[in-house]
Amino acid sequence: MEQDKPARDCDLDGMKQGVLGKPLSRSEGLAKVTGTAPYAAEYHVDNCLEGVLVTAPFTRGTITGIDKDACLAMDGVVAVIDDSRMTARPAQGTADEAPVQQPQQVCYWGQPIALVVAETFEQARDAAKHLKITFEADELDEIPLDPQEAETENNQSTRQGDLAQAMNDASHSVDGRITTAGHASAAMEPHAAIAQWDGSTLTVHASLQMLNYNISELADSLDMEEENIRLVSRYVGGGFGSKLGISEETVAASIAAIALERPVRVVMSRQQVFQCIMRRSETTQRLRLATDDKGDLTGFGHQALVSNLPGEEFAEPVLQSSDFLYAGENRVLELDVARIHQMTAGSVRAPGEAVGMPALEVAMDMLAQESGVDPVELRLRNIPESHPVEGTPYSSRKLAECLKQGAEAFGWEAGPRKPRHTRDGEWWIGTGMASAARVHNISEAKARVTLKPDGTAMVETDMTDIGTGTYTILGQIAAEMLGLPREKVLVELGDTQFPRGSGSGGSWGASSVGSAVYVACTGLRKTLGERAGVSEDELRLKDGKLADGTSVTDLLNGGDLSEEGHYEPGDIDDDFVAAGYGAYFAQVRVNRFTGETRVERMTGAFGFGRVLNEKTARSQCQGGMVWSIGAALTEALHFDPRDGHLVNCDLAEYHVPVNRDVPDLEVIMVEERDPAASPIQAKGIGELGMCGGAAAIANAIFDASGARVMDFPMTPDRVLAAMPAS
Amino acid sequence: MRPFQYARPESLEQASQLTGNADTMALAGGTNLIDLMKLQVETPQELIDINRLTMGEIADTDDGGLRIGALATNTATAAHDRVRQDYEVLARAILAGATQQLRNKATTGGNLCQRTRCYYFTNIDQPCNKRDPGSGCGAIEGIARLHGVLGTSPHCIATYPGDMAVAMAALDATVEIAGTGDRARSVPVRDFHRLPGDTPEKDNVLEPGEIITGVILPAPVSGRQIYRKVRERSSYAFALVSVAAIVDMDEGRIARADLAFGGLAHKPWHDPRLSELLVGEEPSAAVFDRAADLLLEDAQGYGENDFKIPLARRALAATLADATGVEL
Repeated sequence: MEQDKPARDCDLDGMKQGVLGKPLSRSEGLAKVTGTAPYAAEYHVDNCLEGVLVTAPFTRGTITGIDKDACLAMDGVVAVIDDSRMTARPAQGTADEAPVQQPQQVCYWGQPIALVVAETFEQARDAAKHLKITFEADELDEIPLDPQEAETENNQSTRQGDLAQAMNDASHSVDGRITTAGHASAAMEPHAAIAQWDGSTLTVHASLQMLNYNISELADSLDMEEENIRLVSRYVGGGFGSKLGISEETVAASIAAIALERPVRVVMSRQQVFQCIMRRSETTQRLRLATDDKGDLTGFGHQALVSNLPGEEFAEPVLQSSDFLYAGENRVLELDVARIHQMTAGSVRAPGEAVGMPALEVAMDMLAQESGVDPVELRLRNIPESHPVEGTPYSSRKLAECLKQGAEAFGWEAGPRKPRHTRDGEWWIGTGMASAARVHNISEAKARVTLKPDGTAMVETDMTDIGTGTYTILGQIAAEMLGLPREKVLVELGDTQFPRGSGSGGSWGASSVGSAVYVACTGLRKTLGERAGVSEDELRLKDGKLADGTSVTDLLNGGDLSEEGHYEPGDIDDDFVAAGYGAYFAQVRVNRFTGETRVERMTGAFGFGRVLNEKTARSQCQGGMVWSIGAALTEALHFDPRDGHLVNCDLAEYHVPVNRDVPDLEVIMVEERDPAASPIQAKGIGELGMCGGAAAIANAIFDASGARVMDFPMTPDRVLAAMPAS
Repeated sequence: MRPFQYARPESLEQASQLTGNADTMALAGGTNLIDLMKLQVETPQELIDINRLTMGEIADTDDGGLRIGALATNTATAAHDRVRQDYEVLARAILAGATQQLRNKATTGGNLCQRTRCYYFTNIDQPCNKRDPGSGCGAIEGIARLHGVLGTSPHCIATYPGDMAVAMAALDATVEIAGTGDRARSVPVRDFHRLPGDTPEKDNVLEPGEIITGVILPAPVSGRQIYRKVRERSSYAFALVSVAAIVDMDEGRIARADLAFGGLAHKPWHDPRLSELLVGEEPSAAVFDRAADLLLEDAQGYGENDFKIPLARRALAATLADATGVEL
């Protein structure tokens, strides 16, 4: 089905099974925690060779020679592969075509340039370190590395009215420069692939988020037909955007397996994952906000500078939610991209809002301070009636409810902030809040649902579960629609032999593939109704039986009944502004001697459409809030200013939050149905939890200590530097 | 990792002989060495696994002190009753370091010998005088966030990364070292690590064939024991600055102030002048300031780590205030 109008009536609400939305544990959870769920590199494949990537020790230039002979003479080494089809960068999410190839042309320090293949991993790893290459490297002072000094291109520009005038005329205004550091996805499972070639078909077990795109990216890279490729990605140990597109290891393993006619496994080292997969761009942002004397926005300016390699289309979409979140008729939204020679910038969880929203929400807090309006009230006042430029209506929007319910649950004390109001020994204590917003994305998806004569059902799609609960929720949707206990529904994912799903990314998996499963089940119900002689409306299915006690299996005539559901977004996208919304409240302690900040408690209230599973959705919210803590306080990629190489390339030095950094996280899921978002009235929740949360912490640091830090992450040195003398 | 020979001697004598060979390294907990071998930062031709040697005992000494065997794990040491009672600063420092899993494997001797976490040291495609003498220092004009501000040299600004040894320096502990034959010696922890000078490849005073057998803690002294570690996240992060302090008061005046600092230098930093300055003084913000002036008079930042100088000042003041009960 193609969705062109809101799905006001959703069949899910009339079902009798009562399993949808329930807080079921993940169906694959036991297999994962007992180590029996195989990740990409863990399949046992006979006769498998091991490949290790070799990376460039220079920033830009050309590989002029590779001395393979010395390497091939080492114990166990089978091949040194420098095929020009190998990829120099990972593919961007939804690229659907090969990323930049020809790795002999080096564009960033640490770019993969060759693959050493040996009988054992240890042999390959050692040989890779010994591979002698010759190259012509450009002089470092000729290579742009600093976004502030590099050439820029405009990526987005929206202008309406006269912002400068609005700033001049404003009763209250803020004009601030805020920076955010680069981020890494830092998924636990490194990028890995095992490629097998049987002479006609290439089978690759890999760690990927979007097989439906990855298969064409791989086919295009290898100049093969998709029909001759099978990708398998049943379990993924975290993606967070880093596995949206195929990466260097998958293409290299495939080339090697075909060339050597033996299976080849390639697993990136932790350092390689950090140095050659995807970074979230650092950003420099300017926020200009103007209000009248009541606190109503009259001007809204958000400009950002991000960076990427030359030739990359992706630009961190910093302004994505600034476009529609708040009022202000005089507007400037501008995004520029600096072309620099650091590793590829691409999607890391919540691209855009992850860094744009914290900056905006710090500016809103400054405006609240400036105008004396309570921070929650300031946001409530400025929720626009319709899109501030285009006039498009909003679909369901729970921002106000989230702000109010979150404030109440947290115990928010309304009123202007008076920093340093509370002290406990060495620690200042304060609170802060911020709004959350994340655009709603949805994508075409297919899924096949089959009713079996044994009373079970099977869901099949090449959709992936990257740890979010996809297996579980797709089973719940099918179980609800078909009137089956959840355990009677088998869900098979992550294999391109199944119908094309949407892939996991942009928080769109649940609503996209969930809708495809819904559509398939609707088709099955139609057939069952016809066979039972009841109208679809009256087809009440529960525990495998119709209302009159007839068993569904009796309607199958001993055979399978199968339906492929095909969902397409349609034109509804043009008619509504659809997004997930929320609010964060945080209490922090700031050490008045050392500037160390610890989050004491945090509440998030989120509205994201229908909740498909109360437990997995809550976990996604919490995970996003943990990322908010990391973005606020610790996470930063550090690049050497001279050659652009990433220096902190492991989990010891790239500081994601540890358990002690994360207090109990309170999550409120605000009841919502969004008929314009998807046929199942669901939006996404994979990213919303980190679309502004860092600002709640930043604003709490200000309330606690008086330090208005303008640079994320707010490490002790930065907090101290911003702290007013006591 | 390069292929290497592996030996597991049954006696200290044998171990000492084996480690006397060039390109030979002793393996204890392996939490740092194995990582560095995978990166080919360390490329020993032979690894001498000393874990079979019985050096894990923690026992009282005749003069009321405590001897911690070189192979006692960090977990065992931090959990030991006497360490918790009499050497609280040591227990706290150990527990402030690494993670539970790492502390379960890491040993006393290995912890003393752990290498810097300088980003340039661990990346073999970057220059580093410590890893590859003469290749230059990548950090001085690079990303020097973790790096030293005291006792640095034009050749190296790396820091000793650990916490345990900082507490041991404050406690004035002694490292027991066995050599080949009967060439045993003892070296104060305060002198065990070196400053980089023009030979930054040498972290400490151990000579080939020498093996740490234990650390002797002197008889306990009275006073508050504090370990303050300033870091970005609250666990599994190296110190930006740390302070180990044993401070005693007598009739409103400071009677003892044994201090050592982590995160500032190529070694746990102990400056005997601080104790001389502080002892006999009435604690006050002004006195703490003078101590910080003295500590940091030769401090030099390298851009990224300039913040360590004011941070060390503040961490010292906070620690002394905490120890002496002065409100700042």
